[in-house]
Amino acid sequence: MKTTGKVTGIVSNLVTVQVDGPVAENELCYITLDGTPLMAEVIKVNGDRASVQVFESTRGLKNGDSVEFEGRMLEATLGPGLLSSVYDGLQNNLETMEGVFLKRGEYTDPLDHEKLWDFTPLANTGDKVVAADWLGEVKEGWLPHKIMVPFTFKGEYTVKSVVPEGQYTIDNVVAVLTNEQGDDVNVTMTQKWPVKVAIKAYREKPRPQKIMETGVRCIDTFNPIAEGGTGFIPGPFGCGKTVLQHAIAKQGDADVIVMAACGERANEVVEIFSEFPELIDPHTGRHLMERTTIICNTSNMPVAAREASVYTAMTICEYYRSMGLKCLLLADSTSRWAQALREMSNRMEELPGADAFPVDLSSIISNFYARAGMVVLNNGQTGAVTFIGTVSPAGGNLKEPVTESTQKAARCFYSLEQNRADQKRYPAVNPIDSYSKYLEYPEIAAYLDEHVEKGWAGKVQEAKNIVRRGRESYEQINILGDDGVPVSYHVSYWKSELIDFAFLQQDAFDEVDALCPLERQKFMLDLLLDICDKDFDFDDFEKCRDFFKELINDLRQMNYTKFQSKEFKEYEDRISKLAEDNGK
Amino acid sequence: MANKAYQRIYTKLDAITKATVTLKASGASNDELAYVGDRLGQVVKTKNDSVTLQVFAGTEGIPTNAEVTFLGEPPTLTVGEQLSGRFFDAYGHPIDGGPEIEGEKRQIGGPSVNPYKRREPSELIPTGIAGIDLNNTIVSGQKIPFFADPDQPYNQVMADVALRADVDKIILAGMGLSNDDYLFFRHSFENAGVMDKIICFINTTENPPVERLLVPDMALTAAEYFAVDKNEKVLVLLTDMTLYADALSIVSNRMDQIPSKDSMPGSLYSDLAKIYEKAVQLPTGGSITIIAVTTLNDGDITHAIPDNTGYITEGQLYLRADADSGKVIIDPFRSLSRLKQRVQNKKTREDHSQVMNAGVRLYADAQNAKTKLENGFDLSDYDHRCLAYAKEYATRLLSIDVNISIEEMLDTAWELFGKYFTKAETGIKQSFIEKYWKGKE
Repeated sequence: MKTTGKVTGIVSNLVTVQVDGPVAENELCYITLDGTPLMAEVIKVNGDRASVQVFESTRGLKNGDSVEFEGRMLEATLGPGLLSSVYDGLQNNLETMEGVFLKRGEYTDPLDHEKLWDFTPLANTGDKVVAADWLGEVKEGWLPHKIMVPFTFKGEYTVKSVVPEGQYTIDNVVAVLTNEQGDDVNVTMTQKWPVKVAIKAYREKPRPQKIMETGVRCIDTFNPIAEGGTGFIPGPFGCGKTVLQHAIAKQGDADVIVMAACGERANEVVEIFSEFPELIDPHTGRHLMERTTIICNTSNMPVAAREASVYTAMTICEYYRSMGLKCLLLADSTSRWAQALREMSNRMEELPGADAFPVDLSSIISNFYARAGMVVLNNGQTGAVTFIGTVSPAGGNLKEPVTESTQKAARCFYSLEQNRADQKRYPAVNPIDSYSKYLEYPEIAAYLDEHVEKGWAGKVQEAKNIVRRGRESYEQINILGDDGVPVSYHVSYWKSELIDFAFLQQDAFDEVDALCPLERQKFMLDLLLDICDKDFDFDDFEKCRDFFKELINDLRQMNYTKFQSKEFKEYEDRISKLAEDNGK
Repeated sequence: MANKAYQRIYTKLDAITKATVTLKASGASNDELAYVGDRLGQVVKTKNDSVTLQVFAGTEGIPTNAEVTFLGEPPTLTVGEQLSGRFFDAYGHPIDGGPEIEGEKRQIGGPSVNPYKRREPSELIPTGIAGIDLNNTIVSGQKIPFFADPDQPYNQVMADVALRADVDKIILAGMGLSNDDYLFFRHSFENAGVMDKIICFINTTENPPVERLLVPDMALTAAEYFAVDKNEKVLVLLTDMTLYADALSIVSNRMDQIPSKDSMPGSLYSDLAKIYEKAVQLPTGGSITIIAVTTLNDGDITHAIPDNTGYITEGQLYLRADADSGKVIIDPFRSLSRLKQRVQNKKTREDHSQVMNAGVRLYADAQNAKTKLENGFDLSDYDHRCLAYAKEYATRLLSIDVNISIEEMLDTAWELFGKYFTKAETGIKQSFIEKYWKGKE
């Protein structure tokens, strides 16, 4: 029998319920308001009082209203049809909702139950299988979507039967399995999984082995992120967090992209689902939307569902990872999620940690980041979830709880700098402060040696040193004046500007420059290092400046032209000649 | 308000703070309105048989035996075409001597638009001000605040923008407006002869601060009526959101909530987002555009109010006095319109974004030159040219008293580039240089 209860207290979306039976932490319940069910989640139990956070507006709710507990946690529905969908944080399909406004208590099904999928069996009668083993496959867009033994199945099963190739809906039974006790269980194409629990149905989770290309030079070359890696992008508002994240979403080399718009602007989500269906995935030539799922809980949607949204997104990624696919999860922004936690903790009158955030914030964040990673599946194939989150530090100050907690959990750090944004040097990723721990991984170094060129990591280090030295020279020039330092300081400064303007800066709105494949990145870095290797001798700093400005202008024009086109080569010749004529 | 048969009336208050009262009552629903004596209050908390009400006009003089009458519904606004040309207080009652509005009563602060049903904002809103149109183009359906110190003429600029914008309705939400500024808006609208498309909800400094909390929701409920029901283009002006946030902190403080940064409530981000996210472009053609004002303390944008605002809104317009040109300008560095890419080069001339970027970059070079000058270093020829350019750029383009078309702004910028710089120094794409370059080869 279901546990029921009555509302005894309301503060905004925190509701206290007096219960008549057992309740579990994180259990779901529905509160009935004038016949409308409002979904809520238990976040604290004290005696017969359960505190629940309501995923909807509580306007009109009264003490005494009735509550019914579900006996399960918040779950994601998994199955073919997840891709190209737009969901809210609780995985309601926003596309099928009626009316312009979101109606309270309206819950829509995440998946289409009518659609027929072309099923091909992969398992045979008599096969021994465990959770997450592949039983069959359907084509979802161009991706092979594996139908798996549900993750909730414990122990070993024997395949009793699998349906033959044909068209089935997600609710049709496609396989019958026999468990160790000899009972038969039916398997359909859909299954449910509690979002706050990581899916661990894989053999092992090794260290990342290769990098994930994004087409963004300051990431791929300077601080690459690994496939199955984690990274975060903190930055004050207006520094281009969203533009950078969208660029990664468009260009990232992944099979599946899940974008969690967590407490951010609705118009940004609109941009994704109006633009993506038009855009072509540079790696496969297919429409971007076909590989994308959007989870959006925009800033004006109920706060409690904001927390759920990132978990729902992660669960979908883990599901596709179990099929041996490369997934990329982008969450914008994890600070809003942390703020949602803060609002609840505050209403429950818990003792606050730093900046009034809950004290367990750090462990919540690191647990979440830990769900990313590359895994080896039971059948030996690999899958990956790469996670990049943005952080919106209050006042742009990185010394705040969310940034500090995230820094402990994420391996790549892309620091967006106000100063660079003010000068319109986009992407405003600080080349010195940012880091990628993956560069220190021997596996990754070996990968780069093989896939880019031998000694590539050394070249990148050299470029970073040029930038660092240039910055030091610039400080000297600022202190002592243009004439107060030897011209060589100016040369050193301008070499760093050369790398900044021609390599680190990238125009996300230019058709050509927006996406720079690794091959082109290598070409450009070689060209720039060749120039920087030269010694230059100028009579005065003005000549030095004029020379580098001309060079930078040509290099920028070059970035706007197609790789290895006639125009591109013309610029290359001019640049080499210019460098030759002035170098020693 | 006349008493009705079903109303629940109580006469014993258990606790009174400056902004709230608590009493034993049954059947009170969350967000419901109630009269405490003759003042309106709203249910903000229930616990067992106790109900806490936030009293908008403050609790001064309220006795423990005050009569509390529950009204059974959250705050509402009566909407209809007759709203046009009228002035209301925070409760939606006329303050212009005219009759009450008749029509449909709607709950304020209603549900959000389904993000999937939105459309991408794509219509340019020209203002004639180059600091906006050229560098930070505004689009219908956008939400953008002015960040300004209290001494900046932000209300004047906002009135200018509103009157030049091509919209069907202008809705002013005045929160803590000084009486002088209220009259200024009133006169500007009257003089412009556009009273038929104006609707104002006004809370002045003479009214209780907590009343302000109702004003944005009132204004936006009216805006949604015109945008959703009538497919109109609506521009909402919110001034001043800092005073709104201050009222939020007063209430949360009285309710013993733990403050977060700058003694603001932990829910500030969500509270502000609920308002700003009402900006929308609807598929049917209607739209709500929000232009707000957030006043700053001595230019400090790291304070919780401007900081949270910046993360919510689609950019910000930063007003500051420029010493070199002696004008109030829209700061090109700190200002940003996130939606400008939607219209630049598409609805405006092809060279727009490149000209904009070059203009700002060269202005940044001038700032570096200025720093050098201040530190007593010799300036190069380039530095001198930058400084001269900066002065003219600020006067002819950044100043808020500019009123020209976007075409003229672009031409002016090219004229300045040609006058002070070489082609390579601008860094503009070759094809545009060939087409638009003015001045020496």
